[in-house]
Amino acid sequence: MKLLVAVKRVIDFNVKPRVKMDGSGVDLANVKMSMNPFDEIAVEEATRLKEKGVATEVVAVSIGPAKAQETLRTALAMGADRAILVQTDDEVEPLAVAKILAKIAAEEEPGMIILGKQAIDDDNNQTGQMLAALLGWPQGTFASKVEVADGSVSVAREVDGGAETVKLKLPAVVTTDLRLNEPRYASLPNIMKAKSKPLATRTPDELGVDIARRLEVLKVVEPAKRQAGVKVASVDELVGKLKALGVVK
Amino acid sequence: MKTLVYIEHEGGEVRDATLSAVTAAAKLGEVHGLVVGTNVGPVAEAATKIAGMAKVHVAEAAHLEHALAENIAPIAAELMGHHDAFVAPSTTTGRNIAPRVAALLDVMQISDIISVVDESTFTRPIYAGNAIATVRSSDAKKVITVRGTAFEKAARDGGSGSVEKVDAGSDPGISSFVSAETSESERPELTSAKIIVSGGRAFGSSEQFHALLDPLADKLGAGVGASRAAVDAGYAPNDYQVGQTGKIVAPEIYIAIGISGAIQHLAGMKDSKAIIAINKDEDAPIFQVADVGLVGDLFKIVPELTEKL
Repeated sequence: MKLLVAVKRVIDFNVKPRVKMDGSGVDLANVKMSMNPFDEIAVEEATRLKEKGVATEVVAVSIGPAKAQETLRTALAMGADRAILVQTDDEVEPLAVAKILAKIAAEEEPGMIILGKQAIDDDNNQTGQMLAALLGWPQGTFASKVEVADGSVSVAREVDGGAETVKLKLPAVVTTDLRLNEPRYASLPNIMKAKSKPLATRTPDELGVDIARRLEVLKVVEPAKRQAGVKVASVDELVGKLKALGVVK
Repeated sequence: MKTLVYIEHEGGEVRDATLSAVTAAAKLGEVHGLVVGTNVGPVAEAATKIAGMAKVHVAEAAHLEHALAENIAPIAAELMGHHDAFVAPSTTTGRNIAPRVAALLDVMQISDIISVVDESTFTRPIYAGNAIATVRSSDAKKVITVRGTAFEKAARDGGSGSVEKVDAGSDPGISSFVSAETSESERPELTSAKIIVSGGRAFGSSEQFHALLDPLADKLGAGVGASRAAVDAGYAPNDYQVGQTGKIVAPEIYIAIGISGAIQHLAGMKDSKAIIAINKDEDAPIFQVADVGLVGDLFKIVPELTEKL
């Protein structure tokens, strides 16, 4: 079975985003960029499935600027076999990303597509579900455990009240949650090896996908700031404050 | 504008998050509801009474028992033929279903809105709440998920909506429910708790996390939350997680203990009315958002606090 994993280049997890003065967005100039953390989990899961012999090939796909090649090289260093960059400098919304991935899926015919549940930049949490809908495939979102057997996949899902398990017929879409696995660090030899793995470049045009935005961003502002309050010196004082807040009588 | 609100329910009751979605939908226009499941008569009845509810569409069938997105999305998409906006709470259920509906309608969803500016314009947090974007949708139909903490809950009574049965469709047979492992707890659920005590990695172990926090939570009648670091370290289950990738909460009082205050955690709790922080590092970022802070060793402070309350 072939696996497709989708990866996005985003602002690094540890960088505090700064809103641009003109309100047009978040300043990404000279900011460290990395693979979306949930997508790292997706690449790790795909790699493990290949190591277990469940999958035969792992193909990583990214949609973004030329620099997203770096993100794909990271995926290749972690264990993906080859990569596809659908190159565009435009910002691509989840619906268009899902359409592009559906086209790639039609060409590659994977048994499963694994994506992060959300990207930490736009926090949309949509792409996997949309992709599943477009393909008419089942979806296992917010996965904490993935087990493939007999033409189907069991997915344990993180839900509000605890966990639930669903069984999906393959082919299926899975989106990753935090506890699914702990992604490996790519070793130096694997980083070197990744440089010679195949990376194909495509365009949304060539795939016949219209990526025109449906949501116009009118402005981006900083949220209202909370003011720091007071520090107390003892538990007794803290109890006093809690009483004043009406927590205890 | 006619809206269709996904009525999330559990154990025969409409969930709180649905009520916030109804409030958001009412800002757009006429509110209709969609109830799906098995034996949903009582839920449909309860939904008709929600303040402002004009009509409740009910789809009842065995294959709808477990809220599988594959089975529900086509029903919602069909109903959107005569509704203008599909509105779902931004819960794990809503987030699972709504984008599937959006793709079936060829609509770009507006996720996790925190305000309605006009029929097409909304605000939503991005970058873990470090920025707020105002976005305008050019799609003819809207698909929206609603952040529960940002809208008042609609009253559970005062409405007098009608009920209309709708075609439940057939089971596409591509997915099935296997089991649920719900965490049994006497404590209030995080997203509706008035008080939350939340622990971080400083607790050092699962045993100490529960031994120290549970008695404090019991004394306060509080829900128990955790930082991602504590969940990652295995001190608490994932459904305790508060933050960008976990639950978004806004209780009256949020007590953060041994939590440094990473931006991803602040994203999930900074709209709390009052924040209390206990941390041994006086420079921890959590103190920059806390109304009341106490610097010190949580292993001493928490038992003393529990005793003195």
